[in-house]
Amino acid sequence: MTDLSHLRKDFPILQREFDGHPLVYLDSAATSQKPTQVLDALDDYYRRHNANVHRGAYRLAQEATEMYEGARVKVARFINASSPSEVVFTRGTTSAINHIAYGWGLYHLKPGDRIVLTTLEHHANVVPWQLITRHTGAELAYLPINSDYLIDTSRIADVIDERTKVVAFSGMSNVLGSIGPITELVAAAQAVGAVSVIDAAQMVPHMATDVQATGADFVAFSAHKMLGPTGIGALWGRMERLTEMEPAEGGGEMIRDVKLYESTWADVPHKFEAGTPPIAEAIGFGAAVDYLEAIGMDAVRKHEMDITAYALERLSEVPDLTIYGPMDPGLRGGAVSFTLADIHPHDLATILDQRAVTVRAGHHCAKPLMTVLDVPATARASFYVYNEHREVDLLVDALDEARRLFGVT
Amino acid sequence: MSLDELYRQVILDHYRNPRRAGHLEHPDRHADGQNPLCGDEISVDLCIGGGKVVDVAILGRGCSISQASASMMADRIVGLTLEEVDALAHRVKALLDIEDGDPGLDPDRPGAALGDIEALAGVRRFPVRVKCADLPWTTLEEALSGKA
Repeated sequence: MTDLSHLRKDFPILQREFDGHPLVYLDSAATSQKPTQVLDALDDYYRRHNANVHRGAYRLAQEATEMYEGARVKVARFINASSPSEVVFTRGTTSAINHIAYGWGLYHLKPGDRIVLTTLEHHANVVPWQLITRHTGAELAYLPINSDYLIDTSRIADVIDERTKVVAFSGMSNVLGSIGPITELVAAAQAVGAVSVIDAAQMVPHMATDVQATGADFVAFSAHKMLGPTGIGALWGRMERLTEMEPAEGGGEMIRDVKLYESTWADVPHKFEAGTPPIAEAIGFGAAVDYLEAIGMDAVRKHEMDITAYALERLSEVPDLTIYGPMDPGLRGGAVSFTLADIHPHDLATILDQRAVTVRAGHHCAKPLMTVLDVPATARASFYVYNEHREVDLLVDALDEARRLFGVT
Repeated sequence: MSLDELYRQVILDHYRNPRRAGHLEHPDRHADGQNPLCGDEISVDLCIGGGKVVDVAILGRGCSISQASASMMADRIVGLTLEEVDALAHRVKALLDIEDGDPGLDPDRPGAALGDIEALAGVRRFPVRVKCADLPWTTLEEALSGKA
């Protein structure tokens, strides 16, 4: 058992109570809580260093620029990018995938080309590609999941063919927890000359990620799911891909020269960062990376496997409860989806909330997956570094209360 | 306890045994309602004759509150004039605190005159769930304002 309980004191929100019940926060897959170290970094920036980045001739602007670019260096090191220039700051994972779709896909896809996704994807890795098919005439194809709730690699040869130009998939499912078969899918993409895109919104926060080792072309993730602020995330891309990619947004900051009828772009990564960037958020992102590195991502992963194993064990004891996802903690992250008898997940979430046990209920922005699972919705408990076994126990107690209220016997 | 107020037996009974569930073969009016946030769905079919609701069928899926509300609505509106249905919808919305107005008040028993529907009053303490209770009534109003 990996004990990280000493971290809880760093998260002020965990002191909150609702009607006398201490907050049991089990929704980190939606957004994580923020440690004091990240909040202080935001506060310090606004109180002492606030200025617009780049171009400023005065020392305060130079400080802000160094802090902003310093955050890029930290994020790059955290994912083992070969250079900080390969890290583009975006609004988050969704924005990063849209950058790929509109900056790379729009210029490289044509009618008859194929974009391969999987049926467990978050809408963020579905809808941008649907939009791009309208512009390019490329078509979508899907890899299914198997009965173990994992992306079905036995179907790769059927779906990823020589027409395929993009293979985009989740590194860790936000609904099922399933870890993506990165090695197999990247190899299959490379074999047909397709670029590979990893939606790593759940992966980077929860397990050590070496983007170079993945072999992928693009990796997208968000700060707010890894103890950082909302409104910032990162697109990592191999330099050759970022170089051949066009900017999806134009404006200030991203240009080299602007004339009346044409412009030239700044170098990577700044050509993708139009307008004043989220400066404080980037600095907070850097502080979140520092915090996770101090814990160590191996310890983060071990703790998560431990609490997920405990949750799967305890939830399995609840009568009439169905878990959707792999039962082996080694194959999954800490997002655990379930349903209980005929109690709708929204009713379940309301009941649990009366004990300040916060779970998410709904389609989790994965409606195609809900159709595959043949459920309208699931409830989802998800864990992070600050969660403890006793919180799993409180969840299970609250589920017993739900059974009583609904007269499930 | 407020949860017991929300999930009263009558709610669970309507949830598990929805009244008038299905579709009408030749509805005069029809509407589909959806709550995109939580995925609740309701379809409402109506037959109208002589200014009255002569038949109704509802079909949906979603949480107990939305489905029970739909079932209670279907149970209640057959035989009412369109004016009475409209007035009832406004009273229910007043009961849910969505609209100002009189839900048929005895102040100690809001909505007592509404029969089973009174049980929906429990939802007022759960603001995020009010839209679940309201969905069938808004869908009913849409059905009444259009043709099938």
